[in-house]
Amino acid sequence: MDKFLTFTIVGLSLAAIYAVIASGLVLTFTTTGIFNFAHGAAGMLAAFTYWQLRFEWGWPVPVCLVLILGVMAPLFGVLLEVVVMRGLRGTTDTVKLVVSISLLLFMIGLAQLIWPPGVSRPMSKFFQTSTPINLGPTTITWHQAITIMVAIVAAIGLRLVLTRFRFGIAMRAAVDDPSLSALNGARPNRISMLAWALGTALAALGGILIAPNVTLDAPSLSLLIVSAYAAAIFGRLRSLPLTFLGAIVLGLTEGYLTGYLPQNQYLPGLRIASPALLLFLVLLVLPNPRLRGRMTRSREFFPMPSIRGTLVFGGVVIVGGVVLATTLSTPDQLTYGRLFPIGIIALSLVPLVGFAGQISLCQLSFAGIGGLVMAHLGHGGDPVALIWAVLISAAVGALIALPALRLSGIYLALGTAAFATILDRWIFTLPKFSVFGWFNVDLFTQGSINVDPLTAFGKTFNSAASQIVIGAIFFALVAFLVVMIRRGRLGRRLIAMKDSEAACATLGMNLFGTKLLVFSISAGIAGLGGALYAMQLTSIQSGNFDLVNSLQVFALSVVGGIGAVGGALFAGISLYVVLPVIGVLFPTVVRWVGLLPGATGIGLGRDPNGAVSQMRDGFAPLAGSPSSLLVMTLTLAALYGIRLIDAIDNWTFVGGLVIVPLVASVIATVSAASKERMLAQLEDAPDRTPMEWIGIDRPWTTEDLATLDLALGTSELELHGPA
Amino acid sequence: MNLLEFRNVRAAYDRIDVLFGIDLEVPAGSVVALLGPNGAGKTTTLRVAAGLHPVLSGDVLVAGRRVNGTAPEELARRGICLIPEGRGIFPNLSVRENLRMMTYAGVTLSAVEAEAYERFPRLKERRRQLAGTMSGGEQQMLAMARGLATSPALLLLDELSMGLAPIIVEELYSIVAQVAREGVSILVVEQFASTVLGVADLAAVLVHGRIARVGTPAELQDDLSKAYLGG
Repeated sequence: MDKFLTFTIVGLSLAAIYAVIASGLVLTFTTTGIFNFAHGAAGMLAAFTYWQLRFEWGWPVPVCLVLILGVMAPLFGVLLEVVVMRGLRGTTDTVKLVVSISLLLFMIGLAQLIWPPGVSRPMSKFFQTSTPINLGPTTITWHQAITIMVAIVAAIGLRLVLTRFRFGIAMRAAVDDPSLSALNGARPNRISMLAWALGTALAALGGILIAPNVTLDAPSLSLLIVSAYAAAIFGRLRSLPLTFLGAIVLGLTEGYLTGYLPQNQYLPGLRIASPALLLFLVLLVLPNPRLRGRMTRSREFFPMPSIRGTLVFGGVVIVGGVVLATTLSTPDQLTYGRLFPIGIIALSLVPLVGFAGQISLCQLSFAGIGGLVMAHLGHGGDPVALIWAVLISAAVGALIALPALRLSGIYLALGTAAFATILDRWIFTLPKFSVFGWFNVDLFTQGSINVDPLTAFGKTFNSAASQIVIGAIFFALVAFLVVMIRRGRLGRRLIAMKDSEAACATLGMNLFGTKLLVFSISAGIAGLGGALYAMQLTSIQSGNFDLVNSLQVFALSVVGGIGAVGGALFAGISLYVVLPVIGVLFPTVVRWVGLLPGATGIGLGRDPNGAVSQMRDGFAPLAGSPSSLLVMTLTLAALYGIRLIDAIDNWTFVGGLVIVPLVASVIATVSAASKERMLAQLEDAPDRTPMEWIGIDRPWTTEDLATLDLALGTSELELHGPA
Repeated sequence: MNLLEFRNVRAAYDRIDVLFGIDLEVPAGSVVALLGPNGAGKTTTLRVAAGLHPVLSGDVLVAGRRVNGTAPEELARRGICLIPEGRGIFPNLSVRENLRMMTYAGVTLSAVEAEAYERFPRLKERRRQLAGTMSGGEQQMLAMARGLATSPALLLLDELSMGLAPIIVEELYSIVAQVAREGVSILVVEQFASTVLGVADLAAVLVHGRIARVGTPAELQDDLSKAYLGG
């Protein structure tokens, strides 16, 4: 009984922390519609700041608390709302999610920059030296008691704010209809700022309360707080009472698992993964949301890729792979060569997220399964193992998709994140085990496992250079496959499903089958990428495929342009070319490099179509100028030749690779503009509005109607309606 | 004196022009009906007047003062109240909380409640009920009550009759007539002209983003069928 009470108190104090954090999350979600993945990271930053002020500089506790909870956290929340979140109106769930994931990565990077990892930063609990309060058969520490009291005060306070105070009611009104709210004279921006200030202060409070119980480490603290998300989901991200109930269930489960879980080698991971497991289960038992009847309006548009363009793209990728393989030293090949397998994993997101609008944050988990299959079945580099990697990953993808398919939007994102966490924290850490005595499963032996290089056509591709070329060829092939999916019947179905599931259902489309298929294809592609990635690494461990890495790939793919294969290449290049190059070129700022993936994603709200679409627009005149294109290609080929004979070094070569296309593009733009002017002068027609834009760019004139009549043979017809 | 005036106002959604330079006047204390077929630009006209949609060119004047670019909340505080199409209430707030939202316009909750419950006694019975769970007619009453509670100078009504039974529409328009008698200027948009012409002093027909005709309801009866049917 004493043990039960002890662990009930442990569970309740954990529940209190989860409740405080989750209520802040619910508050920002209900008032702005943005699920803030970085909510936990805000708590993490507050915990570090508290440590700095209280334990490093020795400031008094009340001063630290007032400064952090009353000033810094609310101001930080306001800053987030004004600078980042306000720009997300009119974007899809995917973009909103990526921006908040990027924010999470940025905050982790920022914390590691200010407080370098690997240093012990102990934090004592509140009133640690005071005698615990005696409750008869057990005791409760002051820290635990304060935590529980804080949660109760937060619950009552929030209830009062949201139902009794005008600004609280306005917060709820803004969720229903922000425009109507403005029509009433409320200022939606101000209300939104208040919600973010309050939400961030609650995250900070939770962070400070939980930090003394755990190691002060930026990534794990940010993601540990993710556990609180299960509580928020319990309340369907709307109901505060249910959120508090969810927090109690979650906290008590963790408490009792700590006290009563049998001591064996298979179960410690289960306790660590239990919040994620609960999150997954809660998502599955949630009532199924109704199909959205309304078409999703957004600012995202991805043009249909052409076969010719894709073939050119694939050719350029393979040539790029050959250039990397022939110009880089072996260590550089090992570093930069990873861009292709990671690019393939990013490609797996294009049909799933870009076309079908199904958010998945666990692609690296599928890649991990592919890597494991390659390690276990690919002895001697057997290429058949690659096929197995695709098939088994696709099968696991389908298995995960079955329960996850009833989810959509942010719920699906959280479900897949929970799956990734369960794999990271539990499944991938399991020692060797037997499945009903039929066969043995041995995932990461001794923490890591070796992977043999591919052998095909009697040749073993064990050099880093050959692996780069293989990676590039596979990337080009998979990119072509993805484009063919987009251009085919399946692609049309996926796009239609993304636009309006209700419309598709009424047309008789099998949504379940379509989602299952795209999930499997996507997981299969990720598995292939994982197998190739594993071969490049030669030895893999579970950390290579964890959630934080998965979030980086996801965020950068969306930043590149999630609906285009170029976006996937952008993700690979950003992670394994741009970041290492910046580190080499500017060693003094190398510590700041960790901020970049997050920083790039935060700007996404400005143009949700991604960086590749902007680049494509920028280089469009080049495609229309064969002469400029030819000169550019020849110049690049010449540069490559000069590099091969070692007449120039790699930095000059890379400089050339960047400058030559830019110059060619500028020349093509200038020449296209002058051609346009000449044509206009020749035809003496200052206005050359295309026929389809007349009536939109400018009103119809009598001359336009005459031209149209002539073309259509409708001169005898009379137009009706007022002029 | 005109309480609301549009002078050659153009408005667009991205590159698609919706209003092609309209001129429209709402004299103080009068009811002006804006009629026209689907897609004519009626709702956009109201949104422009309420500050919810930007003006491309031309001027919008309220009581003789140019208000182009003024934020909707600022216009609301100056006494312009839009009751948008599709009720215009907050469905997840209670009736009382909906009314409380009007206190942002500078009136006390007790005044708002007194005004609303006097005009619509049924709302008093339902003051603790979530607005989204009431009937369509009651929701529209709440929307009107919310709008009228602050004694606006100009009321902008968009498709008041949408989805309601004829008897409720009749009831609502009798309230509109009463409000007009109290001196509030009203610009009302309707697709179904017959009911609104009964209370309007003036009517304008909007077709393809242009004002096709302005006149008294009697003068316009004949033009309406042409506007709707393209005859």
